[in-house]
Amino acid sequence: MSVQLLTYVLVGITFALYIGIAIWSRAGSTKDFYVAGGGVSPLANGMATAADWMSAASFISMAGIISFSGYDGSVFLMGWTGGYVLLALLLAPYLRKFGKFTVPDFIGDRYYSKTARLVAVICALFVSFTYIAGQMRGVGVVFSRFLEVEVNTGVYVGMGIVLFYAVLGGMKGITYTQVAQYCVMIFAFMVPAIFISIQMTGNPVPQFGFGDRAHDGVYLLDKLDGLQQELGFHEYTSGSKSTLDVFLITAALMMGTAGLPHVIVRFFTVPKVKDARKSALYALIFIAILYTTAPAIAVFARTNLIETVSGKSYSDMPEWFTKWEKTGLLSFEDKNNDGNIQYLADASKNELTIDRDIMVLANPEIARLPNWVVALVAAGGMAAALSTAAGLLLVISSSISHDLLKKMVMPQITEKQELWAARASSFMAVCVAGYFGIHPPGFVASVVALAFGLAAASFFPAIVLGIFSKRINKEGAISGMIIGLGITLYYIARFKLNWIGSVATSGKENWWFGISPEGFGTVGMFMNFIVAIVVSKFTKQPPQEIVDIVENVRIPKGAGQAQTH
Amino acid sequence: MFIEPSNFKIMINTSNDAYWKENLKYLFVLLCIWFIVSFGFGILLVDTLNQIKIGGFKLGFWFAQQGSIYVFILLILIYVILMNRLDKKYNLNE
Repeated sequence: MSVQLLTYVLVGITFALYIGIAIWSRAGSTKDFYVAGGGVSPLANGMATAADWMSAASFISMAGIISFSGYDGSVFLMGWTGGYVLLALLLAPYLRKFGKFTVPDFIGDRYYSKTARLVAVICALFVSFTYIAGQMRGVGVVFSRFLEVEVNTGVYVGMGIVLFYAVLGGMKGITYTQVAQYCVMIFAFMVPAIFISIQMTGNPVPQFGFGDRAHDGVYLLDKLDGLQQELGFHEYTSGSKSTLDVFLITAALMMGTAGLPHVIVRFFTVPKVKDARKSALYALIFIAILYTTAPAIAVFARTNLIETVSGKSYSDMPEWFTKWEKTGLLSFEDKNNDGNIQYLADASKNELTIDRDIMVLANPEIARLPNWVVALVAAGGMAAALSTAAGLLLVISSSISHDLLKKMVMPQITEKQELWAARASSFMAVCVAGYFGIHPPGFVASVVALAFGLAAASFFPAIVLGIFSKRINKEGAISGMIIGLGITLYYIARFKLNWIGSVATSGKENWWFGISPEGFGTVGMFMNFIVAIVVSKFTKQPPQEIVDIVENVRIPKGAGQAQTH
Repeated sequence: MFIEPSNFKIMINTSNDAYWKENLKYLFVLLCIWFIVSFGFGILLVDTLNQIKIGGFKLGFWFAQQGSIYVFILLILIYVILMNRLDKKYNLNE
């Protein structure tokens, strides 16, 4: 069977599976809709969290980014896994004990203030929308390459599927579909990795394989370091960024991970505090399977790519080369007219441009793996994008129907009306996300990474202080969030998006202390902490009932009762 | 023995405080390790550790792309075990 036909079959089967699960797990109440009835087992929740967490960016882009940046790519590996340690130790158990539906619920109640709740809702919506547009785009890209339909058609199909199970099933439908999507995704990621590892080193475990010897007896990493230097690139195993910047970006990604509402809300779905801890453990194990394999794929793909194309004749290029040329994501320009491909770091002599996003998708083809593996990767990429989109959708719809409508605008609506409002707002959210997927604003791609910085600078300090300090009051928390978010937004607008100030002065040399916009979230986070603590010190203590809430949250017993709303 | 309700409440509060203090102690130790393996071995000390090679891996590079992640899993595992024990000790488990 051809790759295309196989892809249709595999993607069709997985879609049918997701829809079937959605029908089987319809939501009957708002509690089902927001937190899956609070009855998900820690193992299933861990798997769903992993699928929720690993987006099109993790599945498609991450290995590609590492492949092109070598050691510098470590920021994503450490940042996106290390955040789970913070989540498990500092947030998940306490927020589960608190036992409400959303992150703004916690902020609003703990800081006894509608303003605080509103600030939290705005942060949640902003972070989730920038994120979801990227997912819709991811679905479109996978469709267009493998099914050879237009990117837009791909986005429409993706919207239809997500809409179906998110609107029908809410968190309950999403959770169980995500379990299935995790299995599809991880299988699709591991199979080609294992194949290629065996092919290149004879070692079936990719995690060990990339530290092993290639068939010519040289260690693979040494060989790649050599190849990179020959072509003028920096050595693969050492970095090109400053240590301070690597430090701050990693920190921003970690705190951001722990502050992302669509991840936090997953821990509201398990029955007990104990389960929330266990669930974080499972989630990290499931995530780590992909995250420890990605750097191996990066090394294999990089070595394979250089060996296949560098200095070789253009007319000898395999089929995948021309196929990807058609998508415009790979291009060759014969500058010195010798018919060979010069792939070099020096931009004036380099003749090959490769979009780093194609590395994972093209990898099985570059390594000449069987067609069904290629089709499997397409289905996996789709699962990754859909599962994350659904999780984000739920945060958006619950922010609107629960935090805004029920808690602020119309507190008198019944549960049934709230459930319909939740469905209606997820419908609208899908449409908006689809619109952004079809007409991506130029800044979306860069803002997705920055969403972490914003989450780190706003939510993370507010939640941690809310649990670990009884003295932090609403004045402190609100001013901390506004300053943290404000300064981070300013820095991004100034140096990344060029909305403020002149483009001429937004270059690297003008960054404050050489801190990149991606790493600035860490600075915003520290500012938030300092402002919140200082302001609280000079304003009046929070009332006794708030102190009681904090004391109650710290003790695991009684989470079952606390959950009823 | 008969305990005054007010005394009873104080007893619960002091035992909850002790529980919280032990919890904080665990968090401190675990987060120190978290910091050392990622920010320490993977970033600040990476060049020094890269002098050491294990198999084909330079050690600093390995910590940044593999080792730190394995340690993260272990940290959460240890935390889960410690907290389950602590919950039992203070009779707070469900």
